[in-house]
Amino acid sequence: MNDAVTIDREAAVRVAARPIATLPLSLTINGEARELQVEPWTTLLDLLRDKLDLTGTKKGCDHGQCGACTVLIDGRRINSCLKLAVSVDGAEITTIEGLGQPGELHPLQAAFIEHDAFQCGYCTPGQICSAQGLINEGHAKDRQDVREQMSGNLCRCGAYTNIADAVLEVMEKQA
Amino acid sequence: MIRFDYARPSDVAEAVRDGAGDHVAYLAGGTNLIDLMKENVARPLEVVDINRLPLARITDLDDGGLRLGALATNADTAYDERVQARYPLLASAILAGASPQLRNAATNGGNLNQRTRCYYFYDVDTPCNKRVPGQGCGAIGGVNRIHAILGASDRCIATHPSDMCVALAALKAQVQVTGLEGDRAIAFDDYHRLPGDEPWRDNNLKQGELVTAIDLPAEDFSTNYTYLKLRDRLSYAFALVSVAVAMRLEEGRIADVRIALGGVAHKPWRRIEAEEAIKNERPSDTVFDTAASALLAGAVGQGDNSFKIGLAHKAIVRALNQAAAGTPQSQTDKRIR
Repeated sequence: MNDAVTIDREAAVRVAARPIATLPLSLTINGEARELQVEPWTTLLDLLRDKLDLTGTKKGCDHGQCGACTVLIDGRRINSCLKLAVSVDGAEITTIEGLGQPGELHPLQAAFIEHDAFQCGYCTPGQICSAQGLINEGHAKDRQDVREQMSGNLCRCGAYTNIADAVLEVMEKQA
Repeated sequence: MIRFDYARPSDVAEAVRDGAGDHVAYLAGGTNLIDLMKENVARPLEVVDINRLPLARITDLDDGGLRLGALATNADTAYDERVQARYPLLASAILAGASPQLRNAATNGGNLNQRTRCYYFYDVDTPCNKRVPGQGCGAIGGVNRIHAILGASDRCIATHPSDMCVALAALKAQVQVTGLEGDRAIAFDDYHRLPGDEPWRDNNLKQGELVTAIDLPAEDFSTNYTYLKLRDRLSYAFALVSVAVAMRLEEGRIADVRIALGGVAHKPWRRIEAEEAIKNERPSDTVFDTAASALLAGAVGQGDNSFKIGLAHKAIVRALNQAAAGTPQSQTDKRIR
């Protein structure tokens, strides 16, 4: 991490020329135990979307700047685009698909509809996973706290006011 | 991202052996490294995942200080009851940075070792001496709103992006590291370095050395402190200028004070003479103006960032007033008082 970004091209070619070795990975995803094989450079986001067809989690910026890829790992919200899947071996992952289902909405999903807390909806799964993480953390007490602690989720439609209303309502009900 | 080999050692000695070669990167929270790898700025051929090492605890030290494990997350550190009670400056600085998602993943060791967010460093199609020695610096004479006004060189004007480290500098933390040659402790002021002729070196770690902990001294700065961060939006943005102040008042006079700046240099910026100049004085705008002038002496703007010199001066005076009054900046209510 501290040296110049020089590259040993011969070594890089040697590494690239080898057959791709996948690594075993055990995850519990939305309550279901999964035994997987992944390449070490696969991010948790790409694993969920491309290999497991859990496309509720969105890829926005892919650089940890927008929050659309937010999922819960052992109950804590993180950006899944910046996690190598192999590095969370053994963890319990919850995505938007694990929070609610059609006909059986999670209280946050219902509140987002009730408060008109989205327009295009692309950021919404990340917003809702993040809001569940916020509630789990228990550090927010009022609207100002909710606004600050939801700042890792961008909404380019600008539905922030209604998102804060929805999160605040569920937070206060669950308190 | 290029292909790499992956190792996941379970103890520190094994990790240090794995980390000894060329083109090796230690992976902790990944919030900066994975991003750099996606951009092909970091191209390790071996990634040593250190998340299984037993370095995530926060423990009391015998001398009354506190040891922050290198793998404790930024969130676990900021919300730790001992950190909140005894080192609120540190908690405040951590919570001023990034987003809750990032703080849940990012670790203390990783915070120290994160790299600059200079646009040119990140863009492999532009020249950067930090990325490729001798290539030139795109930021000098380029777009440089976020760049350094202090301690820069003609090779590099990048800034260190951390908020946490600014508080650690003011608290005079010590960084515990280990390597094949054994353990050593590095004073925080000596951990990061100025770019000089070797801008690719962000800090004074030797190749393969691993941060294991950050030690906080026992000194009490839990009453008169502040972390004041100024940025382009109210949350989830890097500092243009930030100020950490740790102060101790005795009978209305400044018995001890540390002032560290973020967003202005290649490392958290302290000057002992600026602190010494106001010791034993009574807090006042005039006194604080003296400290600000001493801390910013020799500051040079690059064009887009020249506003930082005046902004930093006012921010230092305001932060010293906040600390002296015992009214630290809230990281939720962003109004500056």
